[in-house]
Amino acid sequence: MTSNQNILVKLNQAGFRLKNKWLVKGVSLQIEKGKIVTLIGPNGSGKTTTAKIALGIYKKIDGEVEKHTNKVGYVPQKISIDWTLPLRVKDFMVLTESLKDEDINEALSLTGVIQLKNKNLGDLSGGEFQRVLIARAISKKPDLLVLDEPVQGVDFTGEIALYKLIKKITDELNCGILLISHDLHTVMSATDHVVCLNGHVCCSGSPMDVAKNNEYKALFGEQASQILSRYEHRHDHIHTNEGEIKKN
Amino acid sequence: MLDDFFIRALIAGLGIAIVTGPLGCFVIWRRLSYFGDTLAHSALLGVTLAYTLEFNIAFSVFIISSLIALILIQLQKRTNLPGDALLGLLAHSSLAVGLVVIGFLTFIRFDIMGLLFGDILAVTVDDLLIIWIGGPLILLILKLIWKPLFASTVNYELAEAEGLNPDRAKAIFTILMAGIIAISIKMVGLLLITGMLIIPAAMARNISSSPQSMVIYSILGGLLSVVLGLFTSLEFNTSSGPSIIAASLFLFILSLLNIKQSIKLKN
Repeated sequence: MTSNQNILVKLNQAGFRLKNKWLVKGVSLQIEKGKIVTLIGPNGSGKTTTAKIALGIYKKIDGEVEKHTNKVGYVPQKISIDWTLPLRVKDFMVLTESLKDEDINEALSLTGVIQLKNKNLGDLSGGEFQRVLIARAISKKPDLLVLDEPVQGVDFTGEIALYKLIKKITDELNCGILLISHDLHTVMSATDHVVCLNGHVCCSGSPMDVAKNNEYKALFGEQASQILSRYEHRHDHIHTNEGEIKKN
Repeated sequence: MLDDFFIRALIAGLGIAIVTGPLGCFVIWRRLSYFGDTLAHSALLGVTLAYTLEFNIAFSVFIISSLIALILIQLQKRTNLPGDALLGLLAHSSLAVGLVVIGFLTFIRFDIMGLLFGDILAVTVDDLLIIWIGGPLILLILKLIWKPLFASTVNYELAEAEGLNPDRAKAIFTILMAGIIAISIKMVGLLLITGMLIIPAAMARNISSSPQSMVIYSILGGLLSVVLGLFTSLEFNTSSGPSIIAASLFLFILSLLNIKQSIKLKN
């Protein structure tokens, strides 16, 4: 594969356990510059946990994580902000890094929310807030972008535009992206490497390889290999509390 | 006319207000009102220690408050009790232990009222030095950790993910809290120091739209409270610490008018 210099984050047999329950186990993957790695899998399969391991949010983990960059932009799946803070969109934009005004404007324009710049963060709608979150993550021109269901709550046309934008940004900044998405169509058309999770890595590879993979078909159903299918997941096994896997 | 002790009180009070302004904003944002209270209560133990060992009061209060903060962090890790229960436990037990120790020290005359409510009019030149060296130092450190501390106040995981080390910022902030309590305990007293932290910042929240403006209004509110409170106490011969807090309450009530207006505008 590519030389080591291009690797931004590398997970080696990484796992995370909360009390006695494994949230995810034995994940190996690497994110390289200019590449999009996508995590797919049913609810509770450990996608967000894997992202948080890669980001270094979880400290006591199994296995190894090598993080080679600190220039990270993160769009979390859930974010709870305390409204005891007086916080406008433009204050939120410079939360983790000081930015020039034109960079703030550019990012907000790209995601289509420049008109909200002086608005209070608490007054935004869900979709608007999501666009601000994406703008904040890209405005700092990161080496690594971690997007955990970045377009949730965004209207349909906006969704397509935002995914196009994400693709464009990867090319321009040559940054690596770890994407979590439920939209298999997007995943299949815009991704370099797909990791299919179900508490562990079911299969991984290029989108086409994964689509042909039998385990993937078993997980997502026959139609999914024709890419445009509706998201569907069939369990071929159950997980016990200890994180063991039992075949049905 | 203004007596010399009054000028000293004014200089001390203003020096404290400049520091409690920004720290108070973080106390409100991070929901730490009761944490400040706990550190202040534990300060009584620090004061008795200072008398027993003939230590500098500010220094021993700083040590004890930091120690209590560390104990709190450990207890939070090791027990299943909620944070407020642990804070209550530490606040009242350290206050009680402090008072019991005072009981043993019959050879020293304690001014309990002075300890509880402060005596800003008895400020010495040494105290002024401590305030005006310690205060700017606290502000400088707060400025240095502002970004990670503020980012993790908004969202811990974002700050951690984007490499800001929020845990370190939180630990330093805890020490800064112990620091402000140490340098101001003699002036404001252990029952009122949390008031100095919270009330001007709460007032500022009502009239500001950005974090920076809230910090500035909080400082201005604190300064104004000190001036108003001290002149009132001189005029009407009331105790100075409580007069300052009452003045800040007055400003808070004024700031509520602003809220009413903005609610009207929205509807």
